[in-house]
Amino acid sequence: MQELTNKALSAFEGKRNEVIPMLQAVQDEIGYLPEESIRTIAEMIGMPESKVYGTATFYSQFYFSPRGERTVKVCLGTACHVRGGMLVMEALEREMSIKAGDTTEDFKFSLERVNCVGSCALAPVVMVDDDVFGRVESKEAKEVLKQSDPEL
Amino acid sequence: MTRNFDLIEKEAIERWENTEKSNTPQIYVGCATCGNATGAQSVVKTIHKQLEEKRLDAVVKEIGCIGMCFAEVLVDVIKPGKPRISYQGVTPEIAEEIIESYLVNDDPRPDLALGYFGEGGPADLERIDTGEVFKNQQRVILKNCGVIDPENINEYIAHGGYKGLAKSLEKDQEEIIGILKDSGLRGRGGAGFPAARKWESCLKPKADQKYVLCNADEGDPGAFMDRSVLEGDPHSVIEGMLIAGYTIGASKGYFYVRAEYPLAIKRLRKAIEQAREKNLLGENILNTGFDFDLEIFQGAGAFVCGESTALIMSIEGNRGWPKPLPRPRTSEEGLWGKPTLLNNVKTFSVVPQILSKGADWFKSIGTEGSPGTAVFALTGKIKRSGLIEVPMGIELGKIIWEIGGGILDDKKFKAVQTGGPSGGCLPEDKLDLPVDFDTLVKAGSMMGSGGMVVIDESTCMVDVARYFLDFTFEESCGQCVPCRQGTQQMLEVLNDICEGRGREGDIEHLLELGDSIIKSSICGLGQTAPNPVLSTVQYFRDEYEAHIRDKACPALVCKNLIMFQINEEKCTACGRCRKACPVEAISGEKKVPHKIDQDTCTRCGICFSECPERFSAVERLTGKEKLAAASGKEG
Repeated sequence: MQELTNKALSAFEGKRNEVIPMLQAVQDEIGYLPEESIRTIAEMIGMPESKVYGTATFYSQFYFSPRGERTVKVCLGTACHVRGGMLVMEALEREMSIKAGDTTEDFKFSLERVNCVGSCALAPVVMVDDDVFGRVESKEAKEVLKQSDPEL
Repeated sequence: MTRNFDLIEKEAIERWENTEKSNTPQIYVGCATCGNATGAQSVVKTIHKQLEEKRLDAVVKEIGCIGMCFAEVLVDVIKPGKPRISYQGVTPEIAEEIIESYLVNDDPRPDLALGYFGEGGPADLERIDTGEVFKNQQRVILKNCGVIDPENINEYIAHGGYKGLAKSLEKDQEEIIGILKDSGLRGRGGAGFPAARKWESCLKPKADQKYVLCNADEGDPGAFMDRSVLEGDPHSVIEGMLIAGYTIGASKGYFYVRAEYPLAIKRLRKAIEQAREKNLLGENILNTGFDFDLEIFQGAGAFVCGESTALIMSIEGNRGWPKPLPRPRTSEEGLWGKPTLLNNVKTFSVVPQILSKGADWFKSIGTEGSPGTAVFALTGKIKRSGLIEVPMGIELGKIIWEIGGGILDDKKFKAVQTGGPSGGCLPEDKLDLPVDFDTLVKAGSMMGSGGMVVIDESTCMVDVARYFLDFTFEESCGQCVPCRQGTQQMLEVLNDICEGRGREGDIEHLLELGDSIIKSSICGLGQTAPNPVLSTVQYFRDEYEAHIRDKACPALVCKNLIMFQINEEKCTACGRCRKACPVEAISGEKKVPHKIDQDTCTRCGICFSECPERFSAVERLTGKEKLAAASGKEG
């Protein structure tokens, strides 16, 4: 983990204003922000670990625990909401037996809500990593997961 | 001094004309995020493969969004001497057909086409640029989107790009501000603050360093205007920032871009590189002694960072906390305590055209108080979703019925939501309102940055208000009590109303809370958060009252207030609902009408959508009907 952290941070000087880009670089490399990475960033910048952690938790993009191999994102932008996105989310929660924001026990999938992927004409939209499923109905939740993982 | 630019421009125009005049067909694929999401990249791959296999010569360009999202994936083909034909809903298979039919055999395939641009198209096809979608539009900010290759600076220059910069560099600072003042340009971020006044207040302070920031932290759910500009015409924004830098005396600028916009970031990076290569960015720009460079800062997912002081805090490496008043203006003490100019993507992108075409040209578009155009992401229950640009002053109804083609599935119009979580919902009798910054505010909504969501009879207005409050509650930075606690209180009341626990006095309670949040929050997020509730109470109070008094959701949306029931006379016992029900709440067998066990039912609605329309046996009940049915069950 330390090796990956160092690799991600090799291009940074450790300036105060580099906190967010550093956190982003580590998450790109590791997939989430382990405690020791936050400690390393704090040491490099010379600010308390708690402050780095406080900054990181303010932003919704940062994760503090390992994520699933694939991320299922349910768009709940306004267009998707009025076209029934929430019903799709509930169906996926039921199919995956987890709540939005969680990861399945086998670390295959994480489930997330996102605010507008900008494909409003296709609402409601579900994305599995970069694959987009448009005009999804709640009854199709199982199908979306099946297409994303043939083993299911 | 612009001799340098004349040379750059001449070369770019020559190159563009060479492709235009060449005997090579051109194929344009709409590859903005919306296109890619619909499968544009696999279409591009197929086209390249087909061209290679068939040994055909053609220029393939990945262009930005032309705005007709409803017809994605869009592929346009221009054969030499012929108009541009637009194909809609293209899949890799259809792309193969188009190449075989039109490129090889000269059959334009009207069955696959949406229409054509310009004059002289096939008789059995419709002309698009004068047709319903475009005739009420006026493309100023979006003029290059979907027209030029956003990754090719020469195409931007050949379409008049960087001319505004070249002209500006010949003027002194006050003169530029004078032109902006004359043009009446108002910031396109939402509030419509006069741009010239902002620029002027950044020019005055003396400082060793000043900054220009572009706010591309477009966070409204249901809005993608800024993204489309960055993806389709990144140089226009860069040029606007350059002019701003020259005018206020800044040598450094930042883009603050949502990290959720990877393609916009990629295109911006490329555009910045290309501008540097041509000495349009960097040191001693066009030999005038003006230095200016740009950097991209990726946001990390916080809606509040669209607020100017929060955005600055975020670039400095902190939580995105807005600074409460009293505080110095950012034009005096902004990023790292230096004078800072912050404008929205669309504001910067229109500045170059004002400088090159003049203030009078800009003023000739739109209304007196709000000159120019407005860009909207038209979405929701509308037939033709898309990105549109209209002159200010156009009637709301024209946007919905003519450009958007009316309501999806011909349902009844209920409201149109503008301004995102800071805006409001306007009912049918407001559809003749001319759209501009001031009229929308007067009617209880706002322009915002440009999300326009159409709502029909099957959408519950209380639920819509709850949706936005849930959003602002989640996104509240937590610094000030009115916003942090107030939005939570409002959300709890709305949850109660939607879930059947509404009480008399709840509406008044909401209005009172909303009033205090607006008056006492420290930043724009809190000060506008109650708007969606206030405007829905103003125009759709009867829906709130139905929820509270009759425990009824007239739009049949709020789960706790509805129940699903199978009409025994209509049910043919086909078994579809029974098989589809995820919680096995439906019982029945062949030839026996099915029944829903209300205690097990989670009201997910799958049985309702599964029951074939010709039977329509699954019914939704609310209010008195629901009560009667429920008590009937017991009796």
